[in-house]
Amino acid sequence: MQFSDQLEKRFAELQTHYPIKRSALVPMLLYAQDEVGHVSDEVVHEIAARLDLTDLEVRNVVSYYSMLHTKPIGKYNIQVCTNISCMLRGAEKVFDHIRQRLGIGHKQDTPDGLFHLEEVECIGACCWAPAMQVNYTYHENLTTEKVDEVLESLRKKETQ
Amino acid sequence: MADVNITVDGRKLTAPAGTLLIEACKSVGIEVPSFCYYPGLSLQGACRMCLVEIAKMPKLQTACTTVIQEGMAVTTASDTVHQARKAMLEFVLQNHPLDCPVCDAGGECELQDMTFSYGASESKLIDFKNHKDEEQWSPVVFFDRPRCILCYRCVRVCGEGMDVWALGIQNRGALSLIAPNQDDHLECEECGMCIDICPVGALTSGAYRYKTRPWEMNHVSTVCLHCADGCKTTLGVRRQGSGNQIVRGDNRDKSGINGDFLCIKGRYAFDFIEHPDRLKQPLVRKNGTLTPASWEEALELVALRFREARDTDGGASMGVIGSSRTTNEENYLLQKFARLVLRTNNIDHHRTADFPAFVNALSGRAHATASMRDVLSAPAVLLIGNDPTYQHPLLAWQIRTNVRLHGARLYVVNSWPIKLTRQAKEFLQIPEGAEDKAAAFLAGDDSAADALLTSKTTREKLAGFREKLQGEQNLVVIFGSELRGQELAALVRAAARGAKYICLGDHANSRGAADMGLYPDLLPGYLPLSEAARFGEPWKSVPQQPGMDLEAMVAAGKERKLRTLYVVGSNPVARYAIDPFALAETFVVVEDLFLTETADLAEVVLPAACAYEKSGSFTNTCGDLQLLRKAGDCEGVKPDLEIIVRIAELMGFDIQQLAPLDPSGMRADFGESRGVQSGEVDQQAIWNRRQGYEPRVSPFNPFAVLKEIQRVVPGYNVGQLELLSGNDVHTATAGRAPGKTEADRFILPSHENLFTSGTLGRYSDVLNRVIEARLRLPNEKEKEIAAD
Ligand code: SF4
Ligand code: SF4
Ligand code: SF4
Ligand code: FES
Ligand code: FES
Repeated sequence: MQFSDQLEKRFAELQTHYPIKRSALVPMLLYAQDEVGHVSDEVVHEIAARLDLTDLEVRNVVSYYSMLHTKPIGKYNIQVCTNISCMLRGAEKVFDHIRQRLGIGHKQDTPDGLFHLEEVECIGACCWAPAMQVNYTYHENLTTEKVDEVLESLRKKETQ
Repeated sequence: MADVNITVDGRKLTAPAGTLLIEACKSVGIEVPSFCYYPGLSLQGACRMCLVEIAKMPKLQTACTTVIQEGMAVTTASDTVHQARKAMLEFVLQNHPLDCPVCDAGGECELQDMTFSYGASESKLIDFKNHKDEEQWSPVVFFDRPRCILCYRCVRVCGEGMDVWALGIQNRGALSLIAPNQDDHLECEECGMCIDICPVGALTSGAYRYKTRPWEMNHVSTVCLHCADGCKTTLGVRRQGSGNQIVRGDNRDKSGINGDFLCIKGRYAFDFIEHPDRLKQPLVRKNGTLTPASWEEALELVALRFREARDTDGGASMGVIGSSRTTNEENYLLQKFARLVLRTNNIDHHRTADFPAFVNALSGRAHATASMRDVLSAPAVLLIGNDPTYQHPLLAWQIRTNVRLHGARLYVVNSWPIKLTRQAKEFLQIPEGAEDKAAAFLAGDDSAADALLTSKTTREKLAGFREKLQGEQNLVVIFGSELRGQELAALVRAAARGAKYICLGDHANSRGAADMGLYPDLLPGYLPLSEAARFGEPWKSVPQQPGMDLEAMVAAGKERKLRTLYVVGSNPVARYAIDPFALAETFVVVEDLFLTETADLAEVVLPAACAYEKSGSFTNTCGDLQLLRKAGDCEGVKPDLEIIVRIAELMGFDIQQLAPLDPSGMRADFGESRGVQSGEVDQQAIWNRRQGYEPRVSPFNPFAVLKEIQRVVPGYNVGQLELLSGNDVHTATAGRAPGKTEADRFILPSHENLFTSGTLGRYSDVLNRVIEARLRLPNEKEKEIAAD
């Protein structure tokens, strides 16, 4: 399987971080997912081969982490925290609002493939609760209006 | 290692430093409950059943992962501990379906036992149980997710124990599940180890599931009849129809040389017994076709024709082929029958290793053969040729376990990077067929090096390899049938200090067949014909001339000089691709389970009992002697031992001279009771004794023959008591084959793999289904790709 030069460089660098080869597994999976979009069978196979693991061992790890996806998902992965701090500050309202706006539920994708919605545990932004993460970008102190803005700007970005 | 003193429940105990608390407790008889802990596998700490209190430690600790420390004070039974275990059980039972009434494990389930002990009978949880339908992963392995308690034993035994790594664990928390390596099915060695080790009924076997309940079976401990490694197995038998039916194979008490291990053949391939093609009635050729006949008719015909041939053309016109699957007693008796009754040395068998050369090379060196147990404890092992993973599964298991648990150093010499090279410290890849040269080189012959060079094997590598080996003490040297004659002898003679040897033959009793003298030129114990007289008075008449080997017999058949051929449990026509017309004029008698290619040519076919249907003994390829006990019954068949004696009797031979009658100890079964052979009390014998009647002795008593073997066959005078208590006893190679140096060209390795076992394998449904499933896999994948 072919990865971009950039990713290859990253992998090579990663390998030097750990005394045991397989320790690089989780970051490698994450980076590969960022590039490919999801952890496909090919990705599993390729990474297994690189780390001297069986495909099964890689799948064991992939299935453990909810942040690793084995199927393609919407381009923007909206992860709404509903853990305690966020919940106390109205996260559920925010989540419900997004559900209605996008017409999809937890772990679902919009038909145009633009959005994927997930209800997640604490993302470490409690001080600015309620919070959500879209791919790697944080949005904090959310209100329904603020959420609409975010969704709108993402949509706009796509149609441009 | 230094000893450590601890106190457990007020009892003081001492154990070596490094001992796990759970094992230390066990050593004084205190059982700490456990699910995930399994001796010999890596520590998991997953189930938390083994929680105990340790003074000065704030929380309960897992005894399975705690290493004992000086002065530790442990409480294994307190209210807190009890409460914790109960809670853990409640947790485990949260998603458990409690379908014990239909579960295979019901009655021998560790979860049932624990729940019984700790009484976690109520659950505070009112959530729905997670359900997942059962899945079939292979012809052998079925998985019932809801019953799984996530102890990871299966994952570890498959990976660490078998080195297959076919099972994994997916998802997280309560949704975790055991997963096979190919998404929805397994591609593996189908050993069933994962099923055996599962403490509950989550993994079940296609061969046994839903067939019976554990308490409905009797358990007979005997020896696997497939390969030459001699695993001890426990057959679960159940009364059915006219006798006992074998419904399960496992290694229940783990007491044999194989410990935890059995391969697919030992565990599941007993089903050939019930194959519809099994011969259950003698057949006699009438008007050109084999026609069912009575035992009387068939045996009388055989006796008549044998006597005629002997009395007109002499023993030289008669041949006998023995088997590497019949018992020592039968083999011993068969060659005795040939030599004393037929008065011929024309006896041979399917040879799969050069045992005579082996014994010859070892002569004068006591204790130079290694037992199967030695392979588990030797500090270093050298393996030349063969591929034990597929041909000697137990041997491979022993090697792997030794490397893993005791850090043994494994040296492999092979023309192929066999699977065991993964455990090897050093691997020498040599050109195909150069094993003999490798042996010569290792024995010190530098001129052999030229033939060993490959792109991977340089002169320096060769020299280094040899040097390292020379530094090894108490090395166990194992070699396949690639080594014969002189090279074998050279290797054995070049022994380093304390080295021991194993010569690998192919079927369950190939070593026994050789030890019992199924050779035209060798008597039992590899003694030369000139020593016949030491076997007793009647043996003085044994001809001094070596008889014909198999090839010579076939040649004689072609020249119409072979009047009769008596084939016991062997299929030479298929094995050696013998021209069927060569035997056209010969009166061929075949004893077998199925109508083999050889039986198809016979004038008389006699249905024989298999090794699970009779008692006797087997010698595995290492020379470990073990007792077989009759487990199953098959209507209409007879053990070969009985058939041989009956033919001799009908020929007018004084059978007391052939089959020893032994009123002491054990008697054979006359058919009234299953008798002592099956481990039951012989009620009839007790009644007879009460009435003051003579004890009835049978001429079909394998134990009487075994006694004679122990008396007369060099190396076999081993302890009866050990044998009778179901243990393996290592025989010595005290014989001394006459110094034949040329390689035995009749050796024909059987090339069995994990899923084949000669004729028996052909009639085993389980093995056939596994083979088919494996053939089918790639095709199905191709189809899918084509359809995409
Ligand atoms: S049957 Fe044997 S090889 Fe197959 S998964 Fe189970 S333990 Fe592994
Ligand atoms: S299948 Fe059996 S052995 Fe494997 S984890 Fe589950 S309970 Fe344990
Ligand atoms: S390793 Fe050999 S003796 Fe053991 S179970 Fe398998 S076939 Fe039988
Ligand atoms: S609880 Fe939402 S970010 Fe921590
Ligand atoms: S036996 Fe100790 S945690 Fe399972």
